[in-house]
Amino acid sequence: MLRSAALVAGKDLRVELRSRVTTNQVLPFALLVLLLFAFALDPDRGTLRSATAGLLWVAVLLSLVLGVQRSAGLEAADGARDALRLSGLDPAGVFLGKAGALAAQLLVLEAVLGIGVVVLYDADPRASGVALFVVTCLVTTVGLAATGTLYGALAAGLESRDTLLPLLLLPVVAPVLIGATRATEAALGTGGAATSEGWPWVGLLGVFALAYTALGLVAHGSLMEEA
Amino acid sequence: MNTPATTSTGTRATRVLGAAALVCLAWLVAFALFLSPEDEVQGDAVRIMYVHVPSAWLAYLAFFVTAIGSAAYLWKRTRSLTWDRIAGASAEIGVLFTGLALVTGSLWGRITWGYFWTWDARLTSTALMFLLYVGYLAFRRTEPNPEVRAKRAAWLGVFSVVVVPIVHNSVNWWRTLHQEPTLLRRDPEIDGIMLFSLFVGVVAFTLVYAWLLLHRQRLLVLEDASAAHGLEDAIAERNAEGALPADGTAVAR
Repeated sequence: MLRSAALVAGKDLRVELRSRVTTNQVLPFALLVLLLFAFALDPDRGTLRSATAGLLWVAVLLSLVLGVQRSAGLEAADGARDALRLSGLDPAGVFLGKAGALAAQLLVLEAVLGIGVVVLYDADPRASGVALFVVTCLVTTVGLAATGTLYGALAAGLESRDTLLPLLLLPVVAPVLIGATRATEAALGTGGAATSEGWPWVGLLGVFALAYTALGLVAHGSLMEEA
Repeated sequence: MNTPATTSTGTRATRVLGAAALVCLAWLVAFALFLSPEDEVQGDAVRIMYVHVPSAWLAYLAFFVTAIGSAAYLWKRTRSLTWDRIAGASAEIGVLFTGLALVTGSLWGRITWGYFWTWDARLTSTALMFLLYVGYLAFRRTEPNPEVRAKRAAWLGVFSVVVVPIVHNSVNWWRTLHQEPTLLRRDPEIDGIMLFSLFVGVVAFTLVYAWLLLHRQRLLVLEDASAAHGLEDAIAERNAEGALPADGTAVAR
C-alpha cells in the first residue's frame, strides 16, 4: 500500500514539477486573496491584524478547492483514471498517494501564505507559538488533503464538478477552519490568547484528519470503480 | 409497454396515512393557535414553537434515515436502488424541514430577541447542516446513471453523517469558548397543555414525513423508469402514428 502511495504521489508531484500549475496559478491566486481581504477590511484600523488567523485559513481553503480540482483533473484527462485502475495499485495506496501529493503542495502554499501575512498584515509571530503553529499546519494539512482527495474522487467525471465541488467540500471543512483559526490565534497571541489555548483545537483537527483519512482509505477504491 | 403498471404513487396505505396526517395537522392547528395559552414572557410568539420544534425534529429524523439508506445501499447484501431512493427522498424532506426550522427560528428570534440571526451554536451548526445536504441533493442531480449515482450518493450520505457531529461539536466549542450566551436561558415550567401541543406537532409532522417519503420514493421509481424508457416509448409512439416510418415508405406513398 505504501509503495503504491509513493508511486502515485511521485507521479502527481512530477506532473506538478513539469506543469507548474500550483506554483504559477494557485499560489498567485492565494496571494491575490490576501490582497482582496486588505481591500475589504480597512488595513489601517488593525482589523487585518486581528483577523489574520482566520483570513490565512480562508485563503488556504479557497486555494484547496483549486488544488483538489487540479488533482482530480489529472486523472480525468487522457483516461488516466482507467489506467490507474488497470495498474493494479492498491486503491487505499492511490488515495494516500494523491492525498500526500496534495498535502505537500498545501504545505508549500501555507508557508508562502504564512510569510505573506507576516509581511502584508503585520502579523507578529512569537517564539513560543512557533511549535503550535507548525503542528497546526501539519495536522490541518492532513485533514484538508484527505477530505479534498475524497471529495475530488466523488465529484470526478461529473459534468458540473467544478461548481459542485466547492459546495460539497467547504461545509465539510468548516470545522477545520474553526479549529485552525483558533489554534493559529493562540500561536500568534491574537487578543491576548495564551499558546496553551491552542492545543485542544489541534486535538479537534487531529480527530477530523483521522476520521477523513480512515473514510478515504475505505471509500476511495469503491469510488474509483465507476467513473 | 415499457411503462410501469402503475402511474399513481398512492395506495390504500398512503391514503390512510395521509388522512391521519391531515387529522393530526388539524388537531395541531387547534391546539397551537387556539387551545394552548400564550406565554407569559413571549406572548403569542411562543406558538411558532409548535412548528419550529417538530420541523427541527423532522430534519434530524430525515437525515438519520438518509444515513441508514446510504449505509444499506453500500452494504452488499442489502444493496438495492430502493434504499438509494429512500435516502434521496428523505434528504429532500430533511432539507425542506431544516429550512423551515431556520425560517421559523429566525422569525421567532426577530420577535423575541429583536434580530433574525445570532451566531448561536445551534443556529450556526443547523445552517451548516442545511448547506451540507443542499450539496448532497445537488450532487444527486448531476449523475444521470442511477447505479453510479446511487453508489456515490451513498458514500456522500455516509460522509455527511460523519461530519455532522464534528461540525456540531466544533461550532459548539467555538461559541462557548468565545462568547457567553447572550441570552440567559429561562427555564420556566413548561405548561402541560403547551407540552401536549408540542407532542401533537411532533406526531403530525412525523406522519407528514412518512407520507411524503413514501410518495416521493415511488415518484423516483417512476422518474427512473421514465428516464430509462421514455425515449424508446416516444419513438415507438411516433412510429405507430406513421409520422416517422423507419424505412421512409410514407414519403413514397
